[in-house]
Amino acid sequence: MSAGTYTPRPGGAPLGRMITAQTALETRMLLRNGEQLLLTVIIPTLLLVLFSAVDIVDTGAGESVDFLTPGILALAVMSTAFTGQAIATGFERRYGVLKRLGASPLPRWALMTAKTLAVLVTEVLQVVLLTVIAFALGWSPQGNPFAVLLLLVLGTAAFSGLGLLMAGTLKAEATLAAANLVFLLLLVGGGVIVPLDKFPDAVQSVLGLLPIAALSDGLREVLQHGASMPWGDLGILAVWAVLGLGAAARFFRWE
Amino acid sequence: MKSESAVEVRGLVKRYGRKTAVDGLDLCVRTGAVTAVLGPNGAGKTTTVEICEGYRRPDAGTVRVLGLDPVADAAKLRPRIGVMLQSGGVYSGARADEMLRHMAKLHAHPLDVDALIERLGLGSCGRTSYRRLSGGQQQRLALAMAVVGRPELVFLDEPTAGLDPQARRSTWDLVRELRADGVSTVLTTHFMDEAEELADDVAVIDAGKVIAQGSPEALCRGGAENTLRFTGRPGLDIGSLLKALPDGTEAAEILPGAYRIGGDVNPELLATVTSWCAQHGVMPSGISVERHTLEDVFLELTGKELRA
Repeated sequence: MSAGTYTPRPGGAPLGRMITAQTALETRMLLRNGEQLLLTVIIPTLLLVLFSAVDIVDTGAGESVDFLTPGILALAVMSTAFTGQAIATGFERRYGVLKRLGASPLPRWALMTAKTLAVLVTEVLQVVLLTVIAFALGWSPQGNPFAVLLLLVLGTAAFSGLGLLMAGTLKAEATLAAANLVFLLLLVGGGVIVPLDKFPDAVQSVLGLLPIAALSDGLREVLQHGASMPWGDLGILAVWAVLGLGAAARFFRWE
Repeated sequence: MKSESAVEVRGLVKRYGRKTAVDGLDLCVRTGAVTAVLGPNGAGKTTTVEICEGYRRPDAGTVRVLGLDPVADAAKLRPRIGVMLQSGGVYSGARADEMLRHMAKLHAHPLDVDALIERLGLGSCGRTSYRRLSGGQQQRLALAMAVVGRPELVFLDEPTAGLDPQARRSTWDLVRELRADGVSTVLTTHFMDEAEELADDVAVIDAGKVIAQGSPEALCRGGAENTLRFTGRPGLDIGSLLKALPDGTEAAEILPGAYRIGGDVNPELLATVTSWCAQHGVMPSGISVERHTLEDVFLELTGKELRA
């Protein structure tokens, strides 16, 4: 390189370009990671196919795919917005990625915006894939698509807040362990593939307040039973979103 | 307004709990110069640099970087500086070229990424992800990320730690090129040779304070005196030798036949010693002049070894 190559000419790129670039990079990192793909694509797909084909769990009246698909969509949202985001962000914090980007022209809010957009892009890919598979398995959805969209967005907000809270406060290894454990517990106890009414009444009312239960129940109300707007579930998700994002904003540590 | 100093630190104090990491530190970094912050591990180098980068708030004192407050004016300052952290800073799944291209996209007028990859020998990283790169490759990538945005001022935290000699030279060359093109550089190091080779100014830090600052030459001249050694026959008349030497010079027979003269060792002094030997029929052998290094300066100022 010749003389004058490094002559200072500083300046940040336009915000839109920075956010686009950061979103593209975050999305590539999510999709490139094998463990993440297992969590976000392979497990939901396998569960959908397996439990639709084989009558292991009693899913009540009607086609099992009509019961399962809303639950699996809820699981997909949780796997990306909560588990995947928590683990990835936890390790980015541990390895100084967040710190290094903090000294770049990219503002912190723009970094968080890009992370959210990357989660949404991944979710779109998940929803498309799972919807195609569900249709192939004979799924016949009902209801208001706008209500479905609102549930998915609020669910994403709720799970993102909780995931970032965990990533920004715990050690990376603790986040890895805890996020996987929570994923497993909520998979079983959150109405994803096992209907909540299989649990005792007292347990049921507590489990019903979990974000995963609210999301899968809300999606099921709309997609399986044709409800117009499941206000109760939307309310639960909104409360989780406010609490989770508020706590994450308050307690998140960048290093 | 163009400021005379790229960095101006006065009375900086930073405490972590009960431990005082930086204890009333003053530092001035001239625009366009290379300033080395030299000191042993734990002296407060990284804390000082990270306060300048806006990562931490000082407990006391004032810090101005390019005329700005690193915390309050962070949004204005960050596009103008380049930062190389001591370690990490890259997505473990990202490739070297991918991360560098990304950093370039965050800047308005970045360097040519391909040329920079070539310049720093990062082309051989190919499609390898960051976590599988060698330590040296990771270091060079971090350096590339610090300069790709064409900053006015770069902070390099231990830029050559863990590098092989060849990669070390190449990093030094890049710092010299930055200087030639008018970029101000602050680098922390615990290698004296690095400070001596690269720096226009050296700030020697110990226990959170700057204990000496100046050009490497001035520091070596100022702090410690130099030494002339020779061997001859045992029992020479030291008193007679001292009379021939300028005031303030010391002379001693440290072992039978081994003589040491301490003071301002210059060509005249050397000539005086050899002519005194000639007058006394002494053939001095093994004459050596030891120039003091920054390491000696450090040892003298602190009583500690720099590398310890």
